[in-house]
Amino acid sequence: MFKPDLTRAEVTPEWMWNRRKVLGAMAASGTGLFATPALSWQEVAEGLEPNTFEQITSYNNFYEFGTGKDEPLENAQDMVTSPWTLVVDGLVDNPGEYELSDLIGDIPTEERIYRFRCVEAWSMVIPWNGFELNKLLAKVGVQDGARYVKFETAVIPEVMEAVQYPILDWPYTEGLRMDEAMHPLTMMATGLYGKALPNQNGAPMRLVVPWKYGFKSIKTIRRISLVEEEPLNTWQDLAPQEYGFFANVNPEVDHPRWSQASERLIGGGLFARRQDTLMFNGYADQVASLYEGMDLTVNY
Amino acid sequence: MVAAVAQRWGPAISGWARKVPTWVVYLAGTAWAAWIFVSALITPDMTVQADPAKYLEHRYGIVSLQLLLAGLCVTPLLRFARINLIKFRRALGLLAFLFLALHFLVWLVLDMALRWSEIGADLVKRPYIVVGFVAFLLLIPLAVTSWNRAMKAMSSVAWQRLHRLVYVAVVLGAVHFVMQEKVWTTESLIYLALAVGLVGLRATWIRRW
Repeated sequence: MFKPDLTRAEVTPEWMWNRRKVLGAMAASGTGLFATPALSWQEVAEGLEPNTFEQITSYNNFYEFGTGKDEPLENAQDMVTSPWTLVVDGLVDNPGEYELSDLIGDIPTEERIYRFRCVEAWSMVIPWNGFELNKLLAKVGVQDGARYVKFETAVIPEVMEAVQYPILDWPYTEGLRMDEAMHPLTMMATGLYGKALPNQNGAPMRLVVPWKYGFKSIKTIRRISLVEEEPLNTWQDLAPQEYGFFANVNPEVDHPRWSQASERLIGGGLFARRQDTLMFNGYADQVASLYEGMDLTVNY
Repeated sequence: MVAAVAQRWGPAISGWARKVPTWVVYLAGTAWAAWIFVSALITPDMTVQADPAKYLEHRYGIVSLQLLLAGLCVTPLLRFARINLIKFRRALGLLAFLFLALHFLVWLVLDMALRWSEIGADLVKRPYIVVGFVAFLLLIPLAVTSWNRAMKAMSSVAWQRLHRLVYVAVVLGAVHFVMQEKVWTTESLIYLALAVGLVGLRATWIRRW
């Protein structure tokens, strides 16, 4: 079949073809000319000690199961995530209601150790299993008019007790700009520590965007829509003066109610030290160019 | 109903209270504070273990608020139910102050790790922290003047006036609790309702503020 244009998913991200930037980054990091820039997450992960499986799975925000950090572990265990229907719609070549395993079953997964920074000023280090979101988008075929990806969490009142209360405007909704969605750091996670993703962490599949505050990394995805307009994400909808669309980790732009300059690493015990928060959560070399020319105090 | 219950149990409770020395309340309160600290270290609860400092901070804050509210129940109980717990009121107030001081210390040392520039910025810029901090400041003169000798040195009118600051502090404390939540929670709103209710109740007998 004749294809007049490449889909966006087939286009190489700018940071890969921009030789000056790639060579500059290589020179800066001391890697050779033939090193693969796609492995850049490993440089950030170097020297980081991942949190334990127990810490990652018992200290969670997942408001569908209650607002307490302990409630997702307690209340999410009855959720059945297999089989799982994933709805893909909007500006895609292959829209439909997919059985999740049919859609992603043949995408190879890999382990990546990412820093995770919550907007509440705590952080973890998490070994995720999954694949780059751009691989899933390539399978469904992104059409040209699509400029944003919108995600929705499943609403299952039988097991998600809190969705009967208007704590948030359900379904939980998030979004990414197309270049953010295509970025090789942006992952779909289906596991952690080599095990299937626990329900409280967003089974069967969740987003992981390591340079953004954790609430962007939407859990238990039911629906992915390719859209033209910037989606209104749930937290921005609730409190636009506190949460924006981008939600990039930024120590210089404070949350109105607390400082974002530093964070407490979970699992360090009673005397865990507070550590400085890094620009883009430590991934500035990889993602800062996406926001060149933008005023990050306005686009928070 | 309330009257009947009060009639049946009021004298018994008052009589029992007469026999319990106040030092028992001080001891129990202090032991409670110590137990909360120890439990943060040894609990099998993984959620607490993941971030024990936050657990301590929240527990001390909540218990302080509970003790302040308990202290505010003492006078209405006497007025409306003839249950006399007046002798414990000072202990409740001072223990509330102890828990509040621990709440503040945990925030300073364990949560903020003594990062003074960030602490300073938080104390002036963040509304919910300002509200909580003002409540703490308001309670300092009350704690300082809670001893018999201070009560004797002040006129009783002046002392009473000063100690009405607790009404402001408890409402600020509850507001602080509501404000630090990311969403409206039933729990924090119940505390706020209790604080406003118990302070509002004073309007039924206090003629001149």
